[in-house]
Amino acid sequence: MLVKQISVFLENKSGRLADVTRTLADNHINICALSIADTTDFGILRLIVNKPEEAERILSDDQFTVSCTSVIAIGVEDKPGGLAKALDILNENNISIEYMYAFVGKTGNEAFVILRVENPDEAVKTLSSCDISIIPSQQVYCM
Amino acid sequence: MSYWNEKYECMSRDEMRKVQTERLIKTVNRVYDNVPHYRKKMDEKGILPGDIKSVDDLKHLPFTYKQDLRDTYPFGLFAAPMNEIVRVHASSGTTGKKTVVGYTKNDIEVWAEVMARTFAGAGAGKDSFLQVSYGYGLFTGGLGAHYGGEYLGATVIPTSSGNTKLQLSLMQDFGTTHIACTPSYALYLAEEMQELGIKPEELKLKAGIFGAEPWSESMRKEIEQRLNIKAFDIYGLSEVIGPGVACECEYQCGMHIPEDHFIPEIIDPETGEVLPEEAQGEIVFTTITKEGLPLIRYRTRDLSSLNYAPCKCGRTEARMNKVTGRTDDMLIIRGVNVFPSQVESVLLSIGETAPHYMLIVDRKDNLDTLEIQVEITPQLFSDEVKKLEDIERKIRKEIESTLGISAKIKLVEPKSIQRSEGKAKRVIDKRVL
Repeated sequence: MLVKQISVFLENKSGRLADVTRTLADNHINICALSIADTTDFGILRLIVNKPEEAERILSDDQFTVSCTSVIAIGVEDKPGGLAKALDILNENNISIEYMYAFVGKTGNEAFVILRVENPDEAVKTLSSCDISIIPSQQVYCM
Repeated sequence: MSYWNEKYECMSRDEMRKVQTERLIKTVNRVYDNVPHYRKKMDEKGILPGDIKSVDDLKHLPFTYKQDLRDTYPFGLFAAPMNEIVRVHASSGTTGKKTVVGYTKNDIEVWAEVMARTFAGAGAGKDSFLQVSYGYGLFTGGLGAHYGGEYLGATVIPTSSGNTKLQLSLMQDFGTTHIACTPSYALYLAEEMQELGIKPEELKLKAGIFGAEPWSESMRKEIEQRLNIKAFDIYGLSEVIGPGVACECEYQCGMHIPEDHFIPEIIDPETGEVLPEEAQGEIVFTTITKEGLPLIRYRTRDLSSLNYAPCKCGRTEARMNKVTGRTDDMLIIRGVNVFPSQVESVLLSIGETAPHYMLIVDRKDNLDTLEIQVEITPQLFSDEVKKLEDIERKIRKEIESTLGISAKIKLVEPKSIQRSEGKAKRVIDKRVL
């Protein structure tokens, strides 16, 4: 159920982001979603790709510092209040979000959001019990 | 001429040898009788105090290293009972690197004496206002200069380091004539003055006594020009006594060593052989009046040379030339001694393995800056920014408490720090001295 997210440490210097995407491209790995958190000196690139294990190995071999984290992909109604509904549920259940980002999907009128929480299994249980649609990892990797 | 103690400062070489011989024999007996560490070292070399008949026999004695002070931490090399030790100073550092020095009441007086000679050489006297902007505390700079200034009879203004605006306002209000600080701080003061619109002519400042870090002739010219003063170079290290081990006179042609207290030698750092007069090598000191922590042939790791020709000022003491480098990897940053290995021990205490790191030392606006680049390891890496920032903060805090100076910590990508073949290169010093 959980989605594997690849995080890569990047120094804030020109060309580093391109280096990562080029490495993935050369190995025919498709990026489904990404987000960057940055500070003055460094950034953390977070990626959802179609072949996470392979991507992790390839990037590590290429001297990048990489880690793999389990995150949750949810689908929310693409209209005002769609995201609010899901976040209210997490809030009411005292599940705090470390970070989140939205991504573009290709199905229907759902919008997709990646959530990083402390305890993803528990969050999945809570969300599903409240009728929030959890997107299975295999489906995410094909987006 | 402004001598403080003409008898010793201008003594004939023959007389000086007599004084040194007598005091050296006393010191050697003192350490042999009171310090097991010294006795062991002398016994191993097969030398008894009785073998030292004159200052010429100094070369037969074993060297003392910083490691000896660490091995006997904290008080093992003291040659006086603790109830006679009235003060200790210590260098910053991890447990492995810390060195402690102790002074008897008499040592404090010797220190004040040599510092009074330093200030007198720089033209200060009873009518002077001496601002001591060296740090007060475990570091020997502040208190060493302070007691010397008082002994001289000058009016001492103990500002310690930092708080530049206050320093400048006191200089204006009290009419400071002499200042003791690091040369880089002197330039920083000049900069602040410019910023605040204070002209050097408005101050009564005549001279500065600058040391505790390496500086160049061009820096001296800049300080002299911008502050409209004469800038004097001094040399010292806490193990020998603190500031006051050597100082310039008004001719600024080498630093006079009070040889009736400290005997200098220049040696080949590789072989330990004493080098002929005026050769370049490692400067080694033997203290001959200290009681608390007498040091026999202490290896300073500083490269310099000696000049025994009488000076134009009339002093006959040996002069040491500006230190040109080190025989080890010690850095002096903002007057603080830093060994790259201290950084390594901090990094080791944070992760299980020490990541690759590099110290980048620079000088911005005349103040030394230290940036420590640390290669991120998979073990330290996290997908959360706050965790990485926590690591940076933790390293910064530990570095500050270990080194005694602040540093900017920068996490960098693995393999981004240049590797060198053979001995690891841990430092890039961009300072132009």
